[in-house]
Amino acid sequence: MTQNRDNPTEISPPGGQQKTPIGQQKLHVEQQPLGDRGNFNADYISFRDYSFYYGATQVLFDINLALPERQVTALIGPSGCGKSTLLRNINRMNDLIDGVRHTGDLLIDGESVYNPYLEVISLRKRIGMVFQKSNPFPKSIYENVIYGLRVAGRRRKSVLDEAVESSLRRAALWDEVKDRLHESAFSLSGGQMQRLCIARAIANNPEIILMDEPCSALDPVATGKIEDLIHELKNDYTIVIVTHNMQQAARVSDRTAFFYLGKLIEYGETERIFMNPENSQTEAYVSGRFG
Amino acid sequence: MKRFFDEELNTLRSHLSLMGEKAVEQLRTAMTALIDRDAEAAQTVRREDDILDDLEVKIDDEAIRYVGLRGPVARDLRLVVVGMKASHDLERVGDEANNIAKRALRLVDEKPIKEYVDIPRMAEMAIEMLREALHALFEGDEEKAVAVCRRDGEVDKINKQLYRELIGYIAEDPANTTVAIELMFISKSLERIADHATNIAEEVIFLLRGKDVRHTPEVSPE
Repeated sequence: MTQNRDNPTEISPPGGQQKTPIGQQKLHVEQQPLGDRGNFNADYISFRDYSFYYGATQVLFDINLALPERQVTALIGPSGCGKSTLLRNINRMNDLIDGVRHTGDLLIDGESVYNPYLEVISLRKRIGMVFQKSNPFPKSIYENVIYGLRVAGRRRKSVLDEAVESSLRRAALWDEVKDRLHESAFSLSGGQMQRLCIARAIANNPEIILMDEPCSALDPVATGKIEDLIHELKNDYTIVIVTHNMQQAARVSDRTAFFYLGKLIEYGETERIFMNPENSQTEAYVSGRFG
Repeated sequence: MKRFFDEELNTLRSHLSLMGEKAVEQLRTAMTALIDRDAEAAQTVRREDDILDDLEVKIDDEAIRYVGLRGPVARDLRLVVVGMKASHDLERVGDEANNIAKRALRLVDEKPIKEYVDIPRMAEMAIEMLREALHALFEGDEEKAVAVCRRDGEVDKINKQLYRELIGYIAEDPANTTVAIELMFISKSLERIADHATNIAEEVIFLLRGKDVRHTPEVSPE
């Protein structure tokens, strides 16, 4: 395993498939400029020698990965490679499954998500999640957006109204629904429902948004809108997206991590991963010749 | 629907436009160097050739990145391909302008064998073709592009005519050989610049129509 000379947060094998075990690697990361968005923490979400097991089955192997703040990181790889497991461990959603365990650590902004003093609920408040299939609640558009705020005890109407408008605007949905806020969320199209779910996530003012194949059930126009939205949202949120769509990963992400059989094969700037990957497995996968 | 990466295509377009303007400027300066025996102008052309080289590399990078990351199809894809090809043509125009400037520098102290008539005329035609081809590209004007293709023969004709005339000067007095040969090369450079303008015009037709018209009667010179 070697570190990329130009960017110390990039890791890639020294050539072809002859790579050394990833678990040995400690990543060096540093503050990096983010253009007019100030500085960002390049090691915002940090997997350290991280392994994960469903019962006796190990699904992630010694992952060392530093995901930068306020950028979009795409996790790609064939089915069963562990990318969704990795994503769902960021907000400890996999804890809900019996018999799971991990070794190593996972930190957000320097703090372990496994800190015994950390309440999982408070962790999840910091992390919004958008799923493959949109999952609005059987409530109005308005109530969907403020659901989290209501749970948190916010009641003042002006605060809730403002949250609804700003969240729907940020999710590029306001103009389409502003005159029907009290209609059922199920009256929306698939693409609109997915943007509503994004608005619902944003309303809670999270730091991170996790997206698990958010466009796989959408048509190209709806997909385009979500992709443009992701591009906008990265100004304020750290976004991690799992996608099977190579073009989508290439279009929306700043960095890409390729997984295979539970191992991190290559990670780096999306432009490099798609234009000039160092690993032959990565090249075969992004070219559609493998996986 | 506007996409967040549309701006990248606009950047590619504006670099191409910048390159077109610079190529025309280089050619004009090279002609000033020749006609006014202006060594400083010739040096300027030689010095500034790098600008076109750099823009060609930049446009190639942008185009390859766009294909790799944005997955363009249809007209977007054709624009990226045409952008790369047109930038190559414009870089070659710059090379020809550089060649003319180099020869103009050699001719500064040489006694002229005739007044410059055909060469400035060819240069004006080549510049006009180049400008029209670039307008056709940026305005999406197919008629203009076809018209440029049809004019290519005019420059070829003057080039051949001038070639014969210069051979005559050499036959008349071998002392004219050096100057005549330099002028033949300059004439050839101008003829090539017109060819590059024609290439760009053919690329514009491909961009607009999605059909490759090269080597077809549709765009044959009149």
